[in-house]
Amino acid sequence: MLETIGLIFIGLGLAFDVFGCIGMVRLPDVYLRLQAGTKCVTLGTCGILFGTFLIMGFSAGGIKALLCMFFIVLTNAVSAHAIARSAHKAGVKMWEGTIVDHYAEDQGEKK
Amino acid sequence: MKRMAVMTGCYLTWCFFNWVPGLQALIIGLPVAALVVYLTENIPYGKVSALHFQPGRHLRFIFHYMPIFWWEHFKANVEVAYRVLHPRLPIRPAVVRVKTELKTDIGLTLLANSVSLVPGTTSVDLDHEKGILYVHCMYVSPTDVDGVAKRRVQRFEKILVKIFE
Repeated sequence: MLETIGLIFIGLGLAFDVFGCIGMVRLPDVYLRLQAGTKCVTLGTCGILFGTFLIMGFSAGGIKALLCMFFIVLTNAVSAHAIARSAHKAGVKMWEGTIVDHYAEDQGEKK
Repeated sequence: MKRMAVMTGCYLTWCFFNWVPGLQALIIGLPVAALVVYLTENIPYGKVSALHFQPGRHLRFIFHYMPIFWWEHFKANVEVAYRVLHPRLPIRPAVVRVKTELKTDIGLTLLANSVSLVPGTTSVDLDHEKGILYVHCMYVSPTDVDGVAKRRVQRFEKILVKIFE
């Protein structure tokens, strides 16, 4: 039973990882690719690791999977934020379809 | 105090990585944890406030906030997957400013990281004095530019205000 649920989690995780990779290729600029590359992969990888944990239980491998989940959730958010901010500060152009950029407006006022 | 906390955290992580920890692993872990504390001494930590030592808040965070967060995360993931797979790529990206009422460091950190972690929005920067969060959105509706980001931020904010203010 647990094994089946674990396999379902792994399957879902793989699906979201694939969507993330497709997004990396299809989306037009840094910020949008960042979204596909970090977020979809967070849920995907966490799903795979959680499935692994369900199948292996509280053994050596299962506990390591849980720890990896924890660290992925911690680091992904921070790294996504850091990359987005530094890209904006470095003046990476946004896609021409971008509607509005309040951040650039407010930064412009300060200078 | 800070060193003890870092040391304990490192040692626990070490023990979990060596599950089930035998005597050998337990003994080796102590000098390794001490080494990590020594090497990371120059990294400035935030101020340790009283909020860190109230287990009730931690429990509410885990059992009230986390389920809602993961549900939002899942919903947003499905939405982003739909936008990515759609042949015409229906995206309208924008950076919008969102006001936040949170004042404490830990609350702001958790809010910004939650927004970053949910697909479709990334927090780009935070204006601490004015309490403004700059959010990059994958899709904004044509009539109401900052509506999507605002709804999402407020959803998390409502709970975080209760827990951390």
